[in-house]
Amino acid sequence: MSDSATPRVFYFDNYASTRTDPRVVEAMLPYFTEAYGNSNSRSHSYGWKAEEGIDQAREQVAALIGSKPAELIFTSGGTESCNLAVFGVARMYAEKGKHIVTSAVEHRAVMDPIRQLEREGWDVTYLPVDTTGLIDLAELEAAIREDTTLVSIIFGNNEIGTQQDSKAIGAICKDKGVVFHLDACTGLDTEAINVDEHGVDLLSLSGHKIYGPKGIGALYVRRRRPRVRLQPMMLGGGQERGMRHGTLNVPGIVGLGKAAALCLEERDADRARILGLRNRMEAAFMELEEVYVNGHPTQRLPGALNVSFNYVEGESLMMGMPNVAVSSGSACTSATLEPSHVMRALGVSEDLVHTSIRFSLGRFTTDEEVDTATEQCLASAQKLRDMSPLWEMFKEGIDLSAIEWKHD
Amino acid sequence: MAYSDKVVDHFDNPRNMGSLDKNSTEVGTGIVGAPECGDVMKLQIQVEDDRIVDAKFKTFGCGSAIASSSLATEWVKGMTLDEAHNIKNTDIVQELALPPVKIHCSVLAEEAIKAAIEDYQAKKAE
Ligand SMILES: Cc1ncc(COP(=O)(O)O)c(C=O)c1O
Repeated sequence: MSDSATPRVFYFDNYASTRTDPRVVEAMLPYFTEAYGNSNSRSHSYGWKAEEGIDQAREQVAALIGSKPAELIFTSGGTESCNLAVFGVARMYAEKGKHIVTSAVEHRAVMDPIRQLEREGWDVTYLPVDTTGLIDLAELEAAIREDTTLVSIIFGNNEIGTQQDSKAIGAICKDKGVVFHLDACTGLDTEAINVDEHGVDLLSLSGHKIYGPKGIGALYVRRRRPRVRLQPMMLGGGQERGMRHGTLNVPGIVGLGKAAALCLEERDADRARILGLRNRMEAAFMELEEVYVNGHPTQRLPGALNVSFNYVEGESLMMGMPNVAVSSGSACTSATLEPSHVMRALGVSEDLVHTSIRFSLGRFTTDEEVDTATEQCLASAQKLRDMSPLWEMFKEGIDLSAIEWKHD
Repeated sequence: MAYSDKVVDHFDNPRNMGSLDKNSTEVGTGIVGAPECGDVMKLQIQVEDDRIVDAKFKTFGCGSAIASSSLATEWVKGMTLDEAHNIKNTDIVQELALPPVKIHCSVLAEEAIKAAIEDYQAKKAE
């Protein structure tokens, strides 16, 4: 896969997916080649070994979020965890009520299941966000009704990094007696979340966002006060307390456990280092005029830097730094030219949407990578501003919003 | 999605990037697209005796939009106004090997050429 002639591409897309930590890979390997039994097989050592691996992983993940091991259900990833939380609760408690409260900046793994329920007759309140991406707690409180069975809110936003006040949200839900699902897929690698302190009843997490493997995740389901019940989405062998059937992905689960253990150990050090690097990058960008950071100025995941270089289109900005792997902040690669629902919800003006790119830093990001990427990004932005008719008009003092653009 | 070599070449070495004097009666300026769509092209032509003697562009947009406008200036230089008017977006698609999602960039470049010619002719008619 690697070719010595091609230069290394620096990875700044950790909120899309992280590198699997080599220590995680190491921990997984024996579960492919030696302890390859089905963890449900009770009659031989292959099964027992696999089960031991699962038990240890369950403890490791539970330790990361302060839950009991038995409250965790392993899934095929963050998407399945979120789907199971939303569909599972909504359908289980449908007789109690059919109202859900969520925000306008959810990941599609939450948003799309809720849209589906809406088509099936559920009533949904989508809480708007302010320009930094935060929901209003008073609006949340006012939105909860007698027939509300679920509040589902994202913890750290994967596009812009804004962190909701999840503890305050949890407290409101507790007070109102409504089940609270926290989508914590992004941010658990650097932020401390305790299910009791955060008043969480359901919590989704994903392996590949915390230096574990892809295709593995977990859903925390509170067992006491209240005992949350879920209607399963698949039926089968009765695994995971009947909430998620199917033979367990033993190597994946072991990897998720190891990844969780490493996060618990290294989280605080990672956080401080990543934040330092992110701030250095951000400060260098802000020296240029007409640069805007999207998301919350301070209440933001340390690795997130979603930035708009005004008058420079994001995709071309990325093309100008081919050795830096980042994400577009907008969706201009799609034929629809539709900006993402998150950027739209922030009220980012439509022209700025196309100028945003997202850097996301992580455990393996180095000082040298940050400095090189910063330099290349600034060079690319300057080159493209020289090429930009909008920059030229801006410099001539023309008010771009007053122009009637010709488009079809 | 990887870019074609030709798109990369125009992006790295844009031809005729810059501006001509938009107030000159010999210069036609076409500005097409819109910031909220993510593409704005400015294409200018300088005309002598019905022939385009110089052309410049500035583009806000993706690499394919930049390449399409860069290529357009390269092509129109030396053409008569009629010849330039006949350039089709499909010629640009073919030359740059643009994928389907980038066809709108070539459409914009064709429109920019036509808008510049119109602007020049309107100035002359005054
Ligand atoms: C906030 C959030 N929710 C859900 C998901 C879905 O997780 P997965 O990719 O493991 O399916 C992701 C990651 O893509 C995410 O960032």
